Amino acid sequence: MPAMAEVSSDIAVRLRSLEFAWPGRTEFSLSVPDFSIPRGEKLFLLGASGSGKSTLLSLICGITVPNKGTVEVDGTALSNLSGPERDRFRADHIGVIFQMFNLLPYATPLENILLPLSFAGERRRRLEDPKAEALRLTGALGLETELISSARAAELSIGQQQRVAAARALIGAPALIVADEPTSALDAGSQSAFLDLLMDQAEAAGATLLMVSHDERLAARFDRVEDLSRIAVAERRLRA
Amino acid sequence: MLLRLAWQSLLSRRLTVGLTVFAVALSVALFLGVEKVRTGAKDSFADTISDTDLIIGARSGGVQLLLYSVFRVGNATNNVTWESYQDIAAQPEIDWIVPISLGDSHRGFRVMGTSTEFFDRYKYRGGRNLTLVQGEHFEDLFDAAVGAEVAEQLGYEIGQEIIVAHGLASFTEHDDKPFRVAGILARTGTPVDRTVFVSLEAIEAIHIDWKNGARIPGQTVSADEVRGMELTPGAVTAAMIGVKSRLQIFGLQRWINEYPEEPLLAIIPGVALQELWDIIGVAERALIGVSAMVVATALLGMAAMIFSGLNERRREMAILRAVGARPWIIIALLTTEAALMALAGVLIGMALLYSGMGIARPYIDSAFGIYLPPEPPTLRELTVMAVVVVAGGLISLAPAWRAYRMSLTDGMMVRI
Repeated sequence: MPAMAEVSSDIAVRLRSLEFAWPGRTEFSLSVPDFSIPRGEKLFLLGASGSGKSTLLSLICGITVPNKGTVEVDGTALSNLSGPERDRFRADHIGVIFQMFNLLPYATPLENILLPLSFAGERRRRLEDPKAEALRLTGALGLETELISSARAAELSIGQQQRVAAARALIGAPALIVADEPTSALDAGSQSAFLDLLMDQAEAAGATLLMVSHDERLAARFDRVEDLSRIAVAERRLRA
Repeated sequence: MLLRLAWQSLLSRRLTVGLTVFAVALSVALFLGVEKVRTGAKDSFADTISDTDLIIGARSGGVQLLLYSVFRVGNATNNVTWESYQDIAAQPEIDWIVPISLGDSHRGFRVMGTSTEFFDRYKYRGGRNLTLVQGEHFEDLFDAAVGAEVAEQLGYEIGQEIIVAHGLASFTEHDDKPFRVAGILARTGTPVDRTVFVSLEAIEAIHIDWKNGARIPGQTVSADEVRGMELTPGAVTAAMIGVKSRLQIFGLQRWINEYPEEPLLAIIPGVALQELWDIIGVAERALIGVSAMVVATALLGMAAMIFSGLNERRREMAILRAVGARPWIIIALLTTEAALMALAGVLIGMALLYSGMGIARPYIDSAFGIYLPPEPPTLRELTVMAVVVVAGGLISLAPAWRAYRMSLTDGMMVRI
């Protein structure tokens, strides 16, 4: 762990007096007074669509920066970093799983899993044999080896794609896993199976898991459940 | 990593990418083909006559003299008297001199009176000799040797009788003194192919009973009678000269140009050819311009193709951003893809061009007299290729910049 992270090693994510507005025709603003996720916690963030969850995740991932306030991830204030530094920070510390279409369709699943390592020096250094680790992860997530290395990502079923995406988020043990409705494209049976696998692997890697979903039924197995509308105020109005 | 991603991304869109690459390939093949034909034509043109040091004729323009004496285009304004010709021929610098007498035609082809020495002295394409496919040059007074094109178009064979017409487009013929095809020359790709050669004496013989472009009434001399007569010409149209030492060319040229007895002009064929090419060069440059526009169009098409694909690739960009790719990676990816497409286009274009040239070379040589040497790409061609690839990369900066902007505003919100 880098020295910076040890300063507040018990906090994975912390947002303070954050204010953000998207520029554009529809003025959308989001403010978060104070919100934090302890290290290692599995947090379920309940949010309907339009509640600003994508914006929140963009802020946590350092893709967008707040107009006011601070975002700290793994003890590092993202607003103190330059754009490229934030990109490298994200690559090294955060694994992201989207709702669907997580993969570059033309690359093999294995190449997709190894993709973040091209940008993340720290995660790359933690691995002796990235390919073996990728196969170990996919094995643990219940995917066959041949499927991973030979097929193209586009040929996989959605369930398989999501598991490949999970492996990509987990590889090299980033501190934080951010999952944006990762199960909404799956059927009910697959949903819980996927969540089990994801949680097991996040726990094994010692990662903090932040999952956003509108589906309350999935909340049961998380350490903590928060409603986005309670921690953040989202406003959407047409600009005059 | 980037290169492999770009490559895989292109492969996954084989059809559109393939068509775009093909368009670039065709345009490159066209451009370089024009370039090849242009240099080939220029070289063939410059090779029309070689090893001749001076061409002399009546005073006119250098290009005009070259046109009528070598290319059989246009007419001489005046002749060189036989006395002057003899005088010049007697100069000590002169190694050889071949007379050229023009003015008559045969079914659209020019008839040229000369000596048999012409066939030894006329060289083309860097010293190649004229050769006969069949027969002899001319033995008899009324023998004619015809160029390859003449023989082919008119279907002439050895021994066939031909009639020479008086002038270039007239209906009066020297039908009382027919010629016999004695020899057929091999194809050269020069104006020789389109010429009927007869002896200088024969030109004199067919005009012996003519004056001022018409027969002298009541004075007919038959073909047999003329054989016994004195057939020294009164004048020639032009003459080709070889000097003993190249150092003497300019001195002799000046001497002829200042010849006191008669206004004459001596030109150095290479210089006059260059002058003539400079005139034709405008068309040549226009051709290059047009084919360069075709290349530009193909590259623009490629940029349009990248633009149109951007929306469906927003997700791809978002994924790359999410795993930590910096925004410039997006630009680099698109630019690399474009450069790869341009590179593939250039390589396929070259392959098309060279295989096409390999197949068409003999045909182009024989049909147009343009010799395209089977050479590896010249430095200039390689430069063109590099420029196309770089231009492909540069032109893709526009869509790449747009993708960059999109990836900034999209952030992690992956819109479809």
